[in-house]
Amino acid sequence: MAANRSVLARTLLTPRGGIAAGFLAVTVACALLSPWIAPYAYDLQNLSQANREPSALHWLGTDEFGRDLLSRIIWGARTSLAVGVTSIAASVICGMTLGAAAGYFGGAFDRAVTAVVDLTWSFPEILIALIFVAIIGPGLNSTAIAIAIGYLAQFTRLTRAQVMALKTETYVEATISLGAGHLYVLFRRILPNALTPVVVAGMLATGDAIILEATLGFFGLGAQPPTPSWGAMMSSGTAQIFIAPWIIIFPGLAIAATVIAINQFGDALIDALDIRGRLREG
Amino acid sequence: MPLLAVRDLSVTIGPVQPLDRLSFTIDRGEILAVVGESGSGKSLTAMAVMGLLPLIGGKASATELSFAGQDLRSLRDRDWRALRGRRMALITQNPMTSLDPIIPVGRQIDQVSILHLGFDAPRARARSIELMEQLRIPEASAVHGQYPHQLSGGMKQRIVIAMALAADPELIVADEPTTALDVTIQAQIIQIMVEAARARGLALMLITHDMGVVAQAADRVAVLYAGRLVEADRVGPIFGQPRHPYTRDLIACIPREGQAPGTLRGIPGSVPGVFNYPAGCRFHPRCREAQGLCAAEVPPLRQEGPRAVACHFPNGAAHG
Repeated sequence: MAANRSVLARTLLTPRGGIAAGFLAVTVACALLSPWIAPYAYDLQNLSQANREPSALHWLGTDEFGRDLLSRIIWGARTSLAVGVTSIAASVICGMTLGAAAGYFGGAFDRAVTAVVDLTWSFPEILIALIFVAIIGPGLNSTAIAIAIGYLAQFTRLTRAQVMALKTETYVEATISLGAGHLYVLFRRILPNALTPVVVAGMLATGDAIILEATLGFFGLGAQPPTPSWGAMMSSGTAQIFIAPWIIIFPGLAIAATVIAINQFGDALIDALDIRGRLREG
Repeated sequence: MPLLAVRDLSVTIGPVQPLDRLSFTIDRGEILAVVGESGSGKSLTAMAVMGLLPLIGGKASATELSFAGQDLRSLRDRDWRALRGRRMALITQNPMTSLDPIIPVGRQIDQVSILHLGFDAPRARARSIELMEQLRIPEASAVHGQYPHQLSGGMKQRIVIAMALAADPELIVADEPTTALDVTIQAQIIQIMVEAARARGLALMLITHDMGVVAQAADRVAVLYAGRLVEADRVGPIFGQPRHPYTRDLIACIPREGQAPGTLRGIPGSVPGVFNYPAGCRFHPRCREAQGLCAAEVPPLRQEGPRAVACHFPNGAAHG
């Protein structure tokens, strides 16, 4: 796909696209390679070294149990990205299926889907996620499921709007006039053309999902100790904020930098694809 | 037996009936031109024949609608799919929008023979390239991998024609295939299409508003006005002795060699919309030969041998 490659090239060649992509590559590398690049084990306690400031031994200092903060942030990248990416991927897949079926077939099914989607759309994602974590119980898996459900409305709406617009395109009618059935038209003609804005929206939502995961972690509803999670690390840092502020600052910076990088990369991608208008349709 | 037989075809969309009791036939290997201005029901006729009216919420009724002896009126969705693209194919109006923008054009031709003839990818590709060469697309194997935005309008329309031909259909319905193209290549595309149809013995239903195209390509002509058939005949007599005043006006709209500047005629007024069809003959408000009777009574379609005309005074008012 020559056309796609040039879009990626155009994104990476802009300063912000390139810097953001570079930072994200480092984050992903941390997540994938954390057992090998983290200087210490994430759960290695050393109470005699508790709340130490950054030093040559512990570059980002230690937390209240004397655990190396850098190691925990590197391991935390794994938690944040895993939850962010899997929950949004699940949400995109379910949302696309629902939205495509509703937009393409219309009728009573469409009205039912639209009603539920509009209802959930009126609540902030965090509220929906909190409700579902409360129902399923805390933990990483339920966090991911809750986030996926929280964003479902967004992708369903966006896909439905795309599909409804594409359904009346001449090339879709032309495909029908050449004897193609519903599934062929939907999967070969409509969805490939609807994919780009949905994928970009999913990319931007991944940033939000990381914040949401951190928020749930901060409230103790996400990853359970000792699993390192940026949100949970900040939470435990609040108690030490005056004696060891680095415990709350560095995970916070990790969250902020990752989310900013995702948003900047997504924005550069939108510009390169020239689809800003299509994203608003949802 | 004609390949396609249509008798008393009416189309309704909600409360309106934009097509009223249209009848025509197409034989194998024959080129029928369906002529009329925008709004005369030409495209609806094409959609009705292809069974595509549900797409726009329309319903067809007819006393006969058959293709190769098969009654199309009672056809189920699944049987339509086996027919469309395989035995009858549609060439749409605008090649700029009839191709999927994110799939290479050759691949889109391949998909038709893969879908209908069960070809594998290499065989479909070979066939597509052969078709593209027959349609005089230069460097066909290179064009095969290009995207629609990389091609000119004329090239895109050839791709659309190749898609229509890909499964070896018996009937091609071409809905104003050159309207969206530059004038300079319109004649060329029509010629390529007619050649392809003649070489394969295909029946071609050519929908157009251009009498020049009709004269160039057709065997027979059906003239539509405001949803009704007003005249039908072989192309020679239509141009030689047009009977209906509307047909005469349409022919007068063709520019002629040596015509004095400023003398090219149009037809005053425009086709009435479906909500305000006039009573009687629908053409009478624009007809230069209309009499009192024309506003009062619908002229019946009179069949005289191969010719059919729906006019109270087909020999001119003076003779009537």
